[in-house]
Amino acid sequence: MSPTSDSVWSAQDTDPSAIDAALREMLAERHAESDAYVPARVLNLVCIVDRQWSGEIANRLRQVGRYHPSRTIVCAVEARRTRLDARAMLATDADPEADELAEIRETVIVELGEQHLPHLDTIVDPLVVTDLSTVVWAPHGHYRAVEAILHLTQVVLLDSVDEPELDEALDRAHGFSERAYVVDLAWLRSTPWRERIAATFDPPDQRPQLRHITGLHIRHHPDSGIAGLLLAGWLASRLGWQPSQLIDSGNRLSGRLGSSRGHVAIELVPTPQNVRGLVGITIEMAGGTSLSLDRGAGGLHAVLRQRDGSEREWTLLGASRGEAGILGEGIRQALLRDPTYQPALSAACVMAP
Amino acid sequence: MSDGAPATATQPRPSRAPEEVNPLVEGLERLPVHPTTLVIFGATGDLARRKLLPALYNLAHEGALPERFHLVGVSRSDMPHGDYREMAIDAVRQFSRREPDEKVLQELLDEIRYIPGSFDDADVYSKLSDTLDEFDEKTGQALNRAFYLSTAPAFFPVIVKALGDHGLQRHGDSDVRVIIEKPFGTYLEEARALNHEVLSVFDERQVFRIDHYLGKETVQNVLAFRFANGMFEPLWNRNYIDSVQITAAEDIGIGSRAGYYDSAGALRDLVQNHMLQLLCLLAMEPPVDFSADPVRDEKVKVLRAIDAPTPETVPHMAARAQYGPGVSGGDPVPGYLQEEGVPEDSNTETFAALRLHVDNWRWAGVPFYLRTGKRLARKATEIAVTLRPVPHLAFQQDGSLGVRPNTLVLMIQPNEGVSLSLGAKIPGTRMRIRPVQMEFLYGTSFLSQSPEAYERLIMDAMRGDATLFTRNDEVEAQWRVCDPIVRTWEQTAGPLPQYPAGSQGPDEVNALMLGDDRWRAL
Repeated sequence: MSPTSDSVWSAQDTDPSAIDAALREMLAERHAESDAYVPARVLNLVCIVDRQWSGEIANRLRQVGRYHPSRTIVCAVEARRTRLDARAMLATDADPEADELAEIRETVIVELGEQHLPHLDTIVDPLVVTDLSTVVWAPHGHYRAVEAILHLTQVVLLDSVDEPELDEALDRAHGFSERAYVVDLAWLRSTPWRERIAATFDPPDQRPQLRHITGLHIRHHPDSGIAGLLLAGWLASRLGWQPSQLIDSGNRLSGRLGSSRGHVAIELVPTPQNVRGLVGITIEMAGGTSLSLDRGAGGLHAVLRQRDGSEREWTLLGASRGEAGILGEGIRQALLRDPTYQPALSAACVMAP
Repeated sequence: MSDGAPATATQPRPSRAPEEVNPLVEGLERLPVHPTTLVIFGATGDLARRKLLPALYNLAHEGALPERFHLVGVSRSDMPHGDYREMAIDAVRQFSRREPDEKVLQELLDEIRYIPGSFDDADVYSKLSDTLDEFDEKTGQALNRAFYLSTAPAFFPVIVKALGDHGLQRHGDSDVRVIIEKPFGTYLEEARALNHEVLSVFDERQVFRIDHYLGKETVQNVLAFRFANGMFEPLWNRNYIDSVQITAAEDIGIGSRAGYYDSAGALRDLVQNHMLQLLCLLAMEPPVDFSADPVRDEKVKVLRAIDAPTPETVPHMAARAQYGPGVSGGDPVPGYLQEEGVPEDSNTETFAALRLHVDNWRWAGVPFYLRTGKRLARKATEIAVTLRPVPHLAFQQDGSLGVRPNTLVLMIQPNEGVSLSLGAKIPGTRMRIRPVQMEFLYGTSFLSQSPEAYERLIMDAMRGDATLFTRNDEVEAQWRVCDPIVRTWEQTAGPLPQYPAGSQGPDEVNALMLGDDRWRAL
């Protein structure tokens, strides 16, 4: 839904106090116009982006559907800029109708230079709404700036798949996770897979099968090795497998993880597909049974192969959320807490070659 | 059986071997649901088309349905599977809260089965049994079974009995559940008889009586508000609360529902179920946990603490009326008796108000005022809790609205939230006070869209969680309060008092108020 009823303020060579005052004045004006205009108060999102790519990030944020943060502060970084310019906007999805409310979302764009980044907290602190959770997202890698404001934030939003190097992605996520709650879009892409694997083994007569897993074959987008590692790390941490370093044989990662019944053979194989994340997984059980889940039309395509070679196929229904949906889910997850990510990440760190 | 006693005691679940914990569900927002076949009786009806099928689609869209899920429709209309599939697809496209993903929609309904026939026809149940077995065979496991009775209430006992006659109430170690739509009886005796019929076939743990109000997020939030915030509990009793008003007002008329509405009326339509549920959630003691029976135990205690009315007391604690012609939203609208399909001598109430007392340690002496009506000034569902006034007032009241008792309003619709009125000083040199509002608006503080009530309830029923469903003794305890009023009103000659459409309601309702109490403006 495109926002309407914009109020806009802008200034050059400004400062955070002036921006904050402008926001308060615009809110008061809207409220005076109609008391049906009320500011949303969910969370602050601080985006640190390259100024030249800020339009692309703005587009991504526009597409997140209903999962908008209530106040978005975009820090658009330009290398040699020395002064602060800013724009502040209020927007609602629609004008209020009788007896209905119109929620106001606030966006502040601050254009700043690299020289401002070491003390970015002094710019951001006056602009965040007090007592709301603050999320920081730096999709263009301004991690020093993230460090500068980490003490103001509760949540770091990142996408480990964006990191070109697997070990750097793991180190980064692990480093942040020790000091803030991390919402990793690479992890959220695997949610339907985790839910379905959990559901498959949930019937009481299937739960003992979890102790008899002997092999994992994980297929992932060539750029999404970390998605495969996180899924393997999740299973290892949940099922008590002993993680160990995998071997990189060029076109795949493989190895064996210790389990209470011996070991689990694991293989991560890059597999072409047109979306990032996981492509499929095959879980092998002692006795020759295996379960495969692969992307398919209308959901995940499941195949259960019995020892005698017979197969059953079905579809696990679910619509693709798309990349915009994943980002929206990331923002929503900033209000929740998933206790299983960090153990999965720790196991993935051990398994990384 | 004495009033309020359960028709059949809740039977203990047969013991099974302790289940292993599934370590993979930790941290997941959506817990797995056991593979299930859902059978909708009344599959071509309005409720199925407008609510159930769209709810199932939305659950499928979100990946929330069980990993193995099959759907069977049963109804009287004679049509082949393919035609029913097309009807279901059209219903989802027309009524879903989101644009359907065609691939998901096709996959969901790809194997849907339709069994035409009368609900008392044994052949229907033989075919149903074969179809259910066929799905089990195809999936290689005994699926759970859920029978959703979305039919006219007269068919509830017929279908339940037939399911029992054909042995469909049990399925080995798998769970079989029956979901029963409202209204659950139209008198206490009927509700008891229906409970008896249902519980002669199913155990109480298998029965899920729907009150879709309980599936609404904002209704559940009443519990969160009360029991997740320490600041209210010390005040939540007769020492600090003066009165409670529960309002469910609609600005619309009966529309095309004359047939149903004229036989039900406002009391049966909203008070007996939804509004008494709101009263229970507001007045209940903290349950030991939020699983089904502890929550329902506490609600039943509240209902049993309400004095059952008698024919002598009803005129003093209940009032009714019908809307007459008036103006709504600037347009002239007809009165109830002029609505299409309503008998011109109808004595069905479109407005009902009650004054109830919960006679227990916490609430003795606190009046609970309930009112509901159609064609009122505005749409609003809310619970207003008025606190006692301060014991001594040191401020002058001259030249201002003065100090008024604090009122805490739990707003349920259309704007969900909580509002607290406080006294505040008017700017100026004098110490003058007027009430101001401190508001929390639900929609401004959360990102998630609330699921439709039916989505939540269908999932809970398939999962076997009965917390948001009404138990047998709870239904009977509700009827214990409402039955004497229904019967007294039926024996009282009309015509009923009228209130103009678009107004605040009838003046007669003011007689229910005690002392200085006044109905809140809508």
